[in-house]
Amino acid sequence: MTPLPLLLTLSALLFVLGLFAVLSRRNAILVLVGIELMLNAANLNFIAFWRYGPQDADLTGPLFVLFSIAIAAAEAAVGLAIILMNFRRTRSTDLNRLDSLHG
Amino acid sequence: MLLLSLLSIPLLGAAILGGWQGLGHSCARRLAVIWALLPVLLAVVIGSQQVDPVSGLLASCESRWLPDAGISLRFAVDGTSWLFLLLTSLVSLFALVASARLEIGGRGYCALILVLEGMLFGVFTARHFIPWFLCWEMTLIPSYLLIRLWGGPGAPRAALRFFIMTLGGSVFMLLGFLALQLAAGTMDFNSLATLAANHELMPKLAATFVGTGYSGQFLLGVVAVCVFLGLAVKLPVFPFHAWLPAAYAEAPTPVTMLLTGLLSKMGVYGLLRILLPIFPEVLPGLAPCLMVLAVLTVLLGAVAALAQRDLKRILAYSSVNHLGYCAMAVVAAAALQTDRSAHAAAISGTILQAFNHGIIASTIFFCIGLMEQRSGGARTLTDFGGLRARVPLLCSLMGLAVFASLGLPGLSGFVGEFLIFNGVFALVPWAAALAVIGLLLTAVFFLRMVRLVFHGPLNPACAQWPDLSTAERWILAPAIALILIPGLWPQALLQCINADTVRLLDLLRILP
Amino acid sequence: MADALSPYLPTLLWLVPLLPLLAGGITAFMPNRMGRPASWLAIGALLVSCVIAVAGLACSLTPVHEHAAPTPPVYTWFSFGDVALQVGLVLDPLSAAMGAMVTFVALWIFIYSTGYMKHELRFGRFFCFLSLFSGAMLLVVYSNSLLLLFMAWELVGLASYLLIGYYFEKPSAAAAAQKAFITTRVGDMAFFLGMIWLYGQSHTLLFFDHGRGLLETDVLGSLAGITTVGGLTVSAAAALLLLVGAMGKSGQVPLHTWLPDAMEGPTPVSALIHAATMVAAGVFLVARTHPIFMNSGITGLPLSATAWIGGITALYAACVALGQNDIKRILAYSTVSQLGFMMVALGTGGVAAAMFHLIAHAFFKALLFLSAGSVIHGCHDEQDIRRMGGLAKAMPKTFFAYAIGMMALAGFPFVFSGFWSKEAVLHQAETWPGGHGPFLLAATAALLTAFYMTRQALLVFFGKPRSPGVSHPHESPPVMLVPLFVLAAGAMLLALVGTPAWPWFEEWLTGESAVFNIWALAKPEALKLIGLSLVLVTTGVTASWLVYRNPSSDSRAPDPLEIKLGGVWKFLGDGMRFDATYDRCIIAPLAALARVVDGIERQWFVPLMALTEGLIKMVGRWTGNADEKGLNDGFNQVCSGLQGSANSASASQSGRPQAYLRAIGLGASVLLILYFWLIS
Repeated sequence: MTPLPLLLTLSALLFVLGLFAVLSRRNAILVLVGIELMLNAANLNFIAFWRYGPQDADLTGPLFVLFSIAIAAAEAAVGLAIILMNFRRTRSTDLNRLDSLHG
Repeated sequence: MLLLSLLSIPLLGAAILGGWQGLGHSCARRLAVIWALLPVLLAVVIGSQQVDPVSGLLASCESRWLPDAGISLRFAVDGTSWLFLLLTSLVSLFALVASARLEIGGRGYCALILVLEGMLFGVFTARHFIPWFLCWEMTLIPSYLLIRLWGGPGAPRAALRFFIMTLGGSVFMLLGFLALQLAAGTMDFNSLATLAANHELMPKLAATFVGTGYSGQFLLGVVAVCVFLGLAVKLPVFPFHAWLPAAYAEAPTPVTMLLTGLLSKMGVYGLLRILLPIFPEVLPGLAPCLMVLAVLTVLLGAVAALAQRDLKRILAYSSVNHLGYCAMAVVAAAALQTDRSAHAAAISGTILQAFNHGIIASTIFFCIGLMEQRSGGARTLTDFGGLRARVPLLCSLMGLAVFASLGLPGLSGFVGEFLIFNGVFALVPWAAALAVIGLLLTAVFFLRMVRLVFHGPLNPACAQWPDLSTAERWILAPAIALILIPGLWPQALLQCINADTVRLLDLLRILP
Repeated sequence: MADALSPYLPTLLWLVPLLPLLAGGITAFMPNRMGRPASWLAIGALLVSCVIAVAGLACSLTPVHEHAAPTPPVYTWFSFGDVALQVGLVLDPLSAAMGAMVTFVALWIFIYSTGYMKHELRFGRFFCFLSLFSGAMLLVVYSNSLLLLFMAWELVGLASYLLIGYYFEKPSAAAAAQKAFITTRVGDMAFFLGMIWLYGQSHTLLFFDHGRGLLETDVLGSLAGITTVGGLTVSAAAALLLLVGAMGKSGQVPLHTWLPDAMEGPTPVSALIHAATMVAAGVFLVARTHPIFMNSGITGLPLSATAWIGGITALYAACVALGQNDIKRILAYSTVSQLGFMMVALGTGGVAAAMFHLIAHAFFKALLFLSAGSVIHGCHDEQDIRRMGGLAKAMPKTFFAYAIGMMALAGFPFVFSGFWSKEAVLHQAETWPGGHGPFLLAATAALLTAFYMTRQALLVFFGKPRSPGVSHPHESPPVMLVPLFVLAAGAMLLALVGTPAWPWFEEWLTGESAVFNIWALAKPEALKLIGLSLVLVTTGVTASWLVYRNPSSDSRAPDPLEIKLGGVWKFLGDGMRFDATYDRCIIAPLAALARVVDGIERQWFVPLMALTEGLIKMVGRWTGNADEKGLNDGFNQVCSGLQGSANSASASQSGRPQAYLRAIGLGASVLLILYFWLIS
């Protein structure tokens, strides 16, 4: 038995953890952390499917992951910058107070 | 083309005056006076045109406005219309000059007068009910505003009253014409007159309103009464005159000149050009009642003027009296259809009387305006006295107009009254015999006015009055000429209308 | 000369009325300081008119038979429809004689006025009005159209209004002018109706028009053939209306009240009104339209009405003149009385007698008024004869002229025109088949005329001065005296052409040639009337002399007649209370009616208007409320309901991204479950 199901289970756990964080945490930074978790769960899937997949000769999986990590870094930087700017305006990182779009 | 420009020039002037921000009051008045010269010139040019031998028209213009509804903007000038156009342009010019002289109003005021002038041109030339009625109603708005905004202390009430009564009359007229449109399918005056002459109007009405169960005679009578109501308020005929004394007295003097000189003539014009040709079938039946009203108008105007103390109210009632003669003549012409010469006299007399009364009454009102200006607004009979000693020229010129108004031969009022009485006496003798009392009372109240205002010892309040200035003399000179010339040479006016009179008589089938 | 002129006469004739009218028009524009040139212009114009009028008279004298049916040129004044209205002038013996008299008498009155009015401020304006007055009168005289005659007639009214009200600062003069205009206008309106009636039936207003005119046989016959109201023929009815017009202008009872009041005008105006122009117009109208009166059906009502009204007026005015103390008012009532004589003559069929009396009267009445003016002038504007006296010595020339006028008016025999003209009138009345009433009235009036004229002359010129104002009278200047002598000569010379011995005037008017026959005087009927006239005059003068030969020297002493007559005297002095009666019966009710009508207008119509206005406003308010409460509020409620539901709906739109995500997640889950459930 390959460890693929285990890995997939792990990544699903990670994803659910991240999703839970995104949906329930009020602190914007923790939501960002949750997003990172979900990204990493996806990365783990890429690696797992590359390693135990049918054609592991080419480097499609690691390349995807590399790109993904780079984008995640950029995204984290932008996200943090937004949070910082918002913090400067409202002295808070509470997401519930960012409700100016309400109807 | 000429007619179109005549119709649009006053409106253009009004637009210019209305749009020219920051134009000073006196500049606006001067500009308006100069602008009002243009319609006079154009009217003269139109008058010098060749008369079309078939239609008898001097000028016409037509544009199909709503062809699906059969509504066309049809305007045409024949001799009679032309006389009214000339009167309109002259009296409007006179009123604007008077405003400039008496320093009344500014940009908006002059613009409103020009709008009124343009609409009156429309009333006197339109040959289709819809454009005619539009213009007829549109005269109401400027005149309402002119009375309301520039009038005396009682002006708001008077203006409202004027507005309500005239509008009320118009509603009936509109209803009447709607009924005709439903029945005959047209609102064109000429077509309606032709239908009436061929006795087709009554059966059509009866067929259309068959559900009511009334005869065509009755229905057409009702329509005629409706139309008469609308015209009677403007004229005014007793008992629809109640708006008049207050409106005339409260309006600023130049506006009173317009009211008496032009707006009342709309009623005369309507009676002559609309009521008479379209309803010849039912008018003989209505004539006795209408004649009673007309005679009452004549007598009531004269008697009521006797009791007035305000100069403008005296003149207002005298207008009622003078226009009563017009109503009487038209009703008499409608009453019987036998004597061609008497009909010609009544119809010609009505037009002459309308024209001459327009000039005479506006001249007298202008003189009253001058007196009011000198007396600081006072115009009760007892505020004056012995003016002939102090301002002889003003008194002689106003006296001339007053004597013209009471029908002194040699001045313009006489020929019209002579023709009217001539026609009325031959057709309805009792009416003429009664109305002669009105003629007598006119002399009584005018001479009473002359005695109290011009004669007697000089009132100390008037001791410092200046006589007419050079400008005022030049303003009055043409008016006096227009009183003298038609009196001595009535043919000058009559030659314009004789052909139309004959045409109208032929249409009414009054044969020699 | 007359023959040389005659081809041009129809054209020249227009100048006779037009020249004075033009002069009036021009002088109207001349400033006050140019009074003197204005007067010369007026006199010059009238002089030319006079020359033409006299030439016209001369022309109409010669070929007698041609004037039987004058055919003057006519002109179209205006046309209405396809009918033309024509006017023209006519020169027949009637208008020629009248025109010559009017221009001649008026000319001397003009000249007199230059002296009498010398010190007036509005001297030029006075001559403007005078010119207008005589021009209008000349148009009346020469007019060949009833319409033109009416127009000129009204202009005469206007000019008299202006002249009577010449001193317009005086309220009494202003009132008198107004009264004159309005009273005559009452008559004018009847005239107007009569005129349009005639026009309506005959379609012409020309008097003579080649056989189609109003006074020519065809039209007269057709007019007399139509019966109208009250069984009268059209011509009778119209003639009665014309008569009322003439009564207004000629001061016949009951429309005479303006005439005595017209004395408010300057004296030359009184002379002009009473002699040549205004009052003569009425008599002239009846004379001119006499054929209509004659051919008015079998009843002859218009003629007998004329005769009776004339007789009553003659007697009435003679009685009232007895009780007057104002020198001019006595003359005014005497005019009314003499006009009554003329009417009697016209009513009894004597146009010639009436015209002869009219022309003779014009001369001596102008003379009397101008002399009276001279007296007033000399006595420093004193007019009360009780305060005069003894003026014969101080003003001999005026007295001489006055005496001639007075004797002519009173009808002194043989050398004065008044005697023969009055005799002619009485002769007409006496031979009238309709009865002796007018004759008796006129004869009594003649007696009274002699009485009151003698009274006036005695009180003014004889005895001693009775007030300080008249104790130093002065004779008038020549410019005022010469007209007096000329008119005095006329008053006497006219007697030559009207005696029964040589009834030239009468024959000429009727188109026959006169034969001199001294024995006509000796005919019994002529002798009878001459005798009667003599008796009347002698009785009147003697009675008056007996009563007034020794007047009291106190100007406030009661009149001898007053002592005898008492209240009747007062009644006469008030003109038999006509004015008071009119005030009570016509003017006051008219004023009351006017007030009532005005009251109705204000109390009734205005509230009615206000009521209508209120109703309209109420309806407006009601519809406004309906609008506000019904439509607007309903709409508002719908709106706020919508808003509420929207609010509750928008509560879910919290703006919190996590809430949205949760919703998305929930939604996606539900969809997935649904999907799997469906496909399974």
